[in-house]
Amino acid sequence: MTRIILGIAVAACAALGAPPLLAGPEATADQAPASIAKPWTLPRTADGKPDLQGSWTNATLTPLERAENTPLSLPKDEVERREQAFRERVSRLAEDSDPDRPAPPKGGDGSTGAAGNVGGYNNFWIDPGDRIAVVNGEYRSSLLTVPASGRVPATTPEARQRAAQRLAARKGMGQYDHPELRPLAERCLMSFGSNAGPPMLPNYFYNNNYQFVQTPDALMILVEMVHDVRVVRIGENLHHSPAHIRSWMGDSIGRWEGDTLVVETTNFHPLQNFRGASEHLKVIERFTRTGPETILYKFEIDDPTTFVEKWGGEVPFNRTEDLIYEYACHEGNYALANVLSGERNREKREADKKKSQQN
Amino acid sequence: MHSKLRDAVVALVGAGAMAAVFYTAMPVLGQQKPATAANIPRLNGKPDLNGVWQTLNTANWDLEAHSARPALAMRPGPIVPVPAKEVIALGAVGSVPGGMGVVEGGEIPYTPEARKKKEENQANWLERDPEIKCYLPGVPRATYMPFPFQIFQSNSAFAIAYEYAGAYRNIYLKDPGPPQVDTWMGQSVGRWDGDTFVVDTNGFHDQSWFDRSGNHHTEQLKVTERYTMTGRDHIQYEATIEDPGVFTRPWKMTMPLYRRVETGARLGQFKCVEFVEELLYGQYRKEPIP
Amino acid sequence: MTRATTFNTTVVALAAAAVFTSPKLGVDAASEGGQAPSSIAKPWVMPRTADGKPDLQGTWSNATLTPLERGPKESLHLSEEEAERIENRTREVAEFRDAPSDPDRPPPAKGGDERPLPPGDPTFIERISAAAGGAVGGYNNFWLDPGERVLRIDGKPRAGMVIDPPDGRVPALTPEARQRMGQQAAPRKKFGQFDHPELRGLAERCLTSFGSNLGPPMLPNYFYNNNYQIVQTKDHVMIMTEMVHDVRVIRLGDNLQYPPKSVRLWFGDSIGRWEGDTLVVETTNFHPLQEYRGASENLKVTERFTRNGPTSIHYRFTVEDPTTFTAPWTAELLFNTFDEMIYEYACHEGNYALGNILGGERAKEKREAEATRKPQP
Repeated sequence: MTRIILGIAVAACAALGAPPLLAGPEATADQAPASIAKPWTLPRTADGKPDLQGSWTNATLTPLERAENTPLSLPKDEVERREQAFRERVSRLAEDSDPDRPAPPKGGDGSTGAAGNVGGYNNFWIDPGDRIAVVNGEYRSSLLTVPASGRVPATTPEARQRAAQRLAARKGMGQYDHPELRPLAERCLMSFGSNAGPPMLPNYFYNNNYQFVQTPDALMILVEMVHDVRVVRIGENLHHSPAHIRSWMGDSIGRWEGDTLVVETTNFHPLQNFRGASEHLKVIERFTRTGPETILYKFEIDDPTTFVEKWGGEVPFNRTEDLIYEYACHEGNYALANVLSGERNREKREADKKKSQQN
Repeated sequence: MHSKLRDAVVALVGAGAMAAVFYTAMPVLGQQKPATAANIPRLNGKPDLNGVWQTLNTANWDLEAHSARPALAMRPGPIVPVPAKEVIALGAVGSVPGGMGVVEGGEIPYTPEARKKKEENQANWLERDPEIKCYLPGVPRATYMPFPFQIFQSNSAFAIAYEYAGAYRNIYLKDPGPPQVDTWMGQSVGRWDGDTFVVDTNGFHDQSWFDRSGNHHTEQLKVTERYTMTGRDHIQYEATIEDPGVFTRPWKMTMPLYRRVETGARLGQFKCVEFVEELLYGQYRKEPIP
Repeated sequence: MTRATTFNTTVVALAAAAVFTSPKLGVDAASEGGQAPSSIAKPWVMPRTADGKPDLQGTWSNATLTPLERGPKESLHLSEEEAERIENRTREVAEFRDAPSDPDRPPPAKGGDERPLPPGDPTFIERISAAAGGAVGGYNNFWLDPGERVLRIDGKPRAGMVIDPPDGRVPALTPEARQRMGQQAAPRKKFGQFDHPELRGLAERCLTSFGSNLGPPMLPNYFYNNNYQIVQTKDHVMIMTEMVHDVRVIRLGDNLQYPPKSVRLWFGDSIGRWEGDTLVVETTNFHPLQEYRGASENLKVTERFTRNGPTSIHYRFTVEDPTTFTAPWTAELLFNTFDEMIYEYACHEGNYALGNILGGERAKEKREAEATRKPQP
């Protein structure tokens, strides 16, 4: 009798054997040598759901769109060519500058990229990712998978009119006239591009890092840049906020469909427009843990007032072992003050020059 | 006669024993209840701190005990000090509520120079309080801002997302080594001490304040927090503050954290960076608004 | 208990009940409700709350015609005749003042006029209210409601409320207090009384009521509205004074602490405990602006509330502040049942007066300045 009880107790302990709370990032240490490849089991949280937790990055060389009607899949040699070209470029830009080089021509040397021309960013700071995206073993020429053309669908006439209205509202204003006219990232309101989104897309610039923490009723997504937190509420019978409550990154509700977390987001902040879509934007995301180092992230964009059809794509999120750091953008935002005051100084100089010429 | 004496002795001993049991079981005044209440939710055998929490005190106005005052920024008046010009229009909305303070022992043990700097900070509150510019609040101020925060505790991680300014702290469960860089929110490492979650944080720079009354620190600051659940909906929170750059000894603040229990309680969003653009950049507009 | 002891206890209880219901313990009621016909006087039983404590709850008024201090040579008690004279004269004067005005009367003299009163010795109330209603007429008598009865304790009319020191007068100020008050007054000497809002009285600023309504000590203001509401639980007694909707929360219990000295509260911080059937309340930490006769920072007030009948609470208080008074002093009065509703007293929200007083003086100064500037014709 005691033996049976002991046996049950042992089994119970094993069943309850979720990784202890004190464990660090999920251990990949128990990967067996390649000769005896241990099959990977989907790790699960205490409530039996796939474990999406950890630090992840969606940095990649693969752009959002591809050339019209070209294949989604890239042949291996093309992948190697692109990755090699990227590595060569980086190493070229990382070479020491010639200390005897002349001053650049006025207005810059015409080179492109963030580090080019007058040099906003030295290439040292740029870190877009160095690999082509791989989904289900296939190398991708674009993150976008729907529509088959590989291009974001056309916008609706209504969307074009909204865009025209936005432009008209700024008529007569210079791009440096007011802080509200600067991009969201320059104002430290959000990251570049659509890092936080949703959809959560790489910015091809730097810092595409995320941290996921998961509980039975929430998936917390921390977007390192700019320390933005999305809280996806998970459960049944959850409702979105009232229509007039609009949040940066919208309001997200998730539920599990089998081993995939499906998240629906609406109620986007009016200033956060994704390619023109904001008020009626609905984003569906699907998170599936596909391996020890990967999550497959699928997104779908649905806004009939902006796009003539739904569209979407697939983005691999890869584990990163690096720490996530504090991104105190606003606290160090000398740039915005300098951008605006620089223009004010220039205007003053020109005005003074004109005045002295008249005298 | 003998049996009566024996009965009496037995009764006395029994009473003594009962008294002993009773008095040891009684909580000592001032200490928190041990977290053994049956109704505490648990996760992996430890108290489950998941949820939306908020403090209910005046710590963010002034950590030390204080009477209510007319405003955070004052200037001399003909009879008594009056609110500074910049805040007059706020009227009672800008007034400071009174509070009994959260500092154990009453006063923050500053060195004389550091106490002077605190008073200077307070006298120049409008220019110096980082909260005004929507800067990250630091630790432990983030805990007692008048906004909720949400704890995410899982089998492998512990994170706190604060509504105020979207501040965020990842609490490392495995020490990553010394902080690589000084930050507003520091670097936090957490561990369990019985049923108390203990978080050690350092790697701060000196730019954040502890409250709206000018209480400050240096980059030597170390904060040790203890989160102890005393019931389903309450956490007893303590933060020990050490900073030999300004204090003569470590000191402690304590306060309850209350769970937000309304149906559908959730973290709101207060991305205030946008709200302070006129304050920070208004002078650089093409035409500053008069 | 044996049957004998039970019987003895019952006898004692009945006797006690008889003693406590005797009219001697001051049924000096503003209302007369609830008295049985004198032939079958029903013994009064102390009403108690669920936790067995005397029930102090209800609405109460401490309005009375009796002043705090009696005259320098007066004895503690008035004769019943003198008390009735005061009450009758008060009624007479009120009727006189309430008489309809002569519609054909001429305008008052510039600067106001003193209206003649009926002949006879003016009462203490008349002397005070003359200031309120006389001359240019701040308050028409319609608004004044100082009370109708002289204070009677144990059935005997009182000439004043102070019982210690025995001369019935508040003790002298200490030299320290006189110096302090001089120092506080000095910076104000350079101001006119209408120069700044902070120079006006607390009541005019709608910060507190007139006089010391909520205090503590809780005293009548001889003006109007001396109404209070008391709500009581096992660990708190809440006293609300209708004017100006101010609330004192008295915490009851052991091991309660006062706030640090740096925390100063209007009406101080009160901690209470029951001693038998008397609620004893001690209050410290008074707000620096809430001076009671010069005392504030070191003021301590001890109050004793004893329900002494169906319609009254006996209230005794001691004021101590060795930095202000040369001796502690004690006074007593009654709070009487008050059958009407308590209303909202939104003083500040309707405070046109303060703005008009200051603005009026500014307008006068401006007129005078312009008059001096104008060239003489």
